[in-house]
Amino acid sequence: MAETKPKPKLNKKAVEMNKQEPKVRAKNFKEVALGYTEEQAQEEASRCLQCPKPQCVTGCPVEVPIPEFIKCIREKKYAEGIATIKSKNALPAVCGRVCPQEEQCQKKCVIGKMGDPVSIGRLERFLADWERDNGYQLPPKAKPTGKKVAIVGAGPAGLTAAADLVKLGHEITMFEALHVGGGVLSYGIPEFRLPKAMVQNEVNYVEKLGVDLRLGNLVGRTHTIPELMKNGYDAVFIGSGAGLPQFTGCPGENLGGIYSANEFLIRVNLMKAFAFPEYDTPLRLGKHVVVIGGGNVAMDCARCSMRLGAEVCLLYRRSRDELPARHEEIENAEEEGLVCKFLAAPLEFYGDEKGWVKSMKCIAMELTEPDEKGRRGVKKIPGSEFTMEVDTVIIAIGQTPNPIIQRTTDGLESNPKHGTINVDDVGKTSLDGVYAGGDVATGAATVISAMGAGKRAAKAMHEYLMNKK
Amino acid sequence: MVIIHEKGERVPLTICGYNAKKGTVSFAFHEVGKTTKELGCLNVGDCIMNVTGPLGNPSEIKKFGKVLCIGGSIMIAPIMLQVKAMKEAGNKVTTVLGCRSKEFLFMEKEAKALSEKVYIASDDGTIGNKGLDFLKALLKKEKFDRCVVMGPVVMMKDVSEITKPFNIPTIITLTPIMIDGMGMCGVCRVTVGGKMLFGCVDGPEFDGHQTDFEELILRQRTMLPEERVGSLLWETSGGCKCGRNKA
Repeated sequence: MAETKPKPKLNKKAVEMNKQEPKVRAKNFKEVALGYTEEQAQEEASRCLQCPKPQCVTGCPVEVPIPEFIKCIREKKYAEGIATIKSKNALPAVCGRVCPQEEQCQKKCVIGKMGDPVSIGRLERFLADWERDNGYQLPPKAKPTGKKVAIVGAGPAGLTAAADLVKLGHEITMFEALHVGGGVLSYGIPEFRLPKAMVQNEVNYVEKLGVDLRLGNLVGRTHTIPELMKNGYDAVFIGSGAGLPQFTGCPGENLGGIYSANEFLIRVNLMKAFAFPEYDTPLRLGKHVVVIGGGNVAMDCARCSMRLGAEVCLLYRRSRDELPARHEEIENAEEEGLVCKFLAAPLEFYGDEKGWVKSMKCIAMELTEPDEKGRRGVKKIPGSEFTMEVDTVIIAIGQTPNPIIQRTTDGLESNPKHGTINVDDVGKTSLDGVYAGGDVATGAATVISAMGAGKRAAKAMHEYLMNKK
Repeated sequence: MVIIHEKGERVPLTICGYNAKKGTVSFAFHEVGKTTKELGCLNVGDCIMNVTGPLGNPSEIKKFGKVLCIGGSIMIAPIMLQVKAMKEAGNKVTTVLGCRSKEFLFMEKEAKALSEKVYIASDDGTIGNKGLDFLKALLKKEKFDRCVVMGPVVMMKDVSEITKPFNIPTIITLTPIMIDGMGMCGVCRVTVGGKMLFGCVDGPEFDGHQTDFEELILRQRTMLPEERVGSLLWETSGGCKCGRNKA
């Protein structure tokens, strides 16, 4: 038999990332995923085929040159690797942790057709953590253009737009309403998924690039957009997010112990209520918590509640197959003890004599045929009402954009139903020089899609500014 | 919204004065919880972490005719801004200052300088009228076009109940528990006219005749035990000892 040429070895299994044990992590707020060691990163990087026409890049909303940075890891040129990522993405420590890579870059990875795709997110995180431990380098900056830009909101969209525009030589002022930067990265995503020290590092990096960050400025109230334009800003980018919580409208919803997901997460993440009374903001959490909803925010609420010692039941009106949360998050949450109750919805909340919730009436639901978008609707099953004993309810059924800017900016067109600001493909609004992107334009979505919007808007704003007399 | 330091809570305080030239605003507050007690420990020249504002909708100031301004407790300070603005808008203003007891009354002189008439009321009767019942007699005698009341929730509830039979539009000012103060958390939700509104972005002024006070009072108390623990722990551990307030 003729000898065949040895084929290059292809390892179909991705290198697993170390995690805290479920039983241990369910009791603490430390990061769950521990990151790759250098050896693990080397091994995983060696799985990349270095495709000449990389498909992974087409799956990335900000077009990170993925094969190039993985090559840098293989060659142990870590500084060059992180600089390669940062040429396109100012927040790799964040993206490496919370991007849904399985739906984006990794979904397109060629090896994914035969086995596990290359763990691009974990490798990105490895480089970001390497930079954190080895010092940040600043990229070269273009000559000053003399143009001034105001960025509204220091979340993922705003930070990305600010970083891109400041590198192009524009003078950037970023207005943030809260007392810390980061937006949803600070107030929404919990410590154990995204440590706040990492977020602060990324915000500091953007400041080091030369962006003037002003905290405690709620644009729309403390300054309006027309005032900013009058006061010498040549362009404005609105990245104010989707911060307005939705409620169920069921009777009894204003009882004590019923939190919006935003309130709960702001208390726990931003104000660090888990460390009360060392931190001043309290949180009263009962033993039996029901989280209503099925997205990533609902998972975050459930996992925080379990860490604070509660038994948590997730109530979702569709079935497991329709859960909008990331698969990884659902798996993590269930490992930590989450119980899910599918095909059920709340009808009414009942309180005790002190006005605190004590039980809730629910109803079973059934799925209907998929609509034209392929999403299955639900309908109530008559006569299927049941009652649950609860002492805390967290409502995580979505957020819409905060309406303050839309209300205080004449001529800024928005969608009357969803409250989102109307924009074109590059983020241009109905007002000259005013751009918007991220959740305020799309409704609640992902960190990376907001960053992609910030990036596209920055490019369009640069062209606008350079053509403006 | 005020936050004292990075471990602090965010609390809503009502602006009761400003000086645009100097770029200053003033607040008046009662030392009731940990944050206000800590604020009270500060000296001239000390710094706090962050102040964001003004937030919420501006007050509706225009010529209504005869306006009854009622300020209770610490909210006497901000009601004086309203009294002044209402007078400048051409209204005839009658002012009521309410307090727990004689020693808690302040700004009486300022009120007299700006108002047609000033009435004083105290809970214990140590000064002026005892309680707010005298208002009923006053309203039978005089006709008012608008009533503005700022004070403890229970007092605003009482005033709203008194003015309702007389059909006097009554505006209350709410600063329920808030965290962000800009429409994100929804903890300040209040039912007005059967609708869920947010104290921070829809307020602070609401129609006193449409507000569900019972619910509001229960919501104000939801974290009371924790607030007490926080305050007590702070005091028993020596109160303000971080050195910021020492010379």
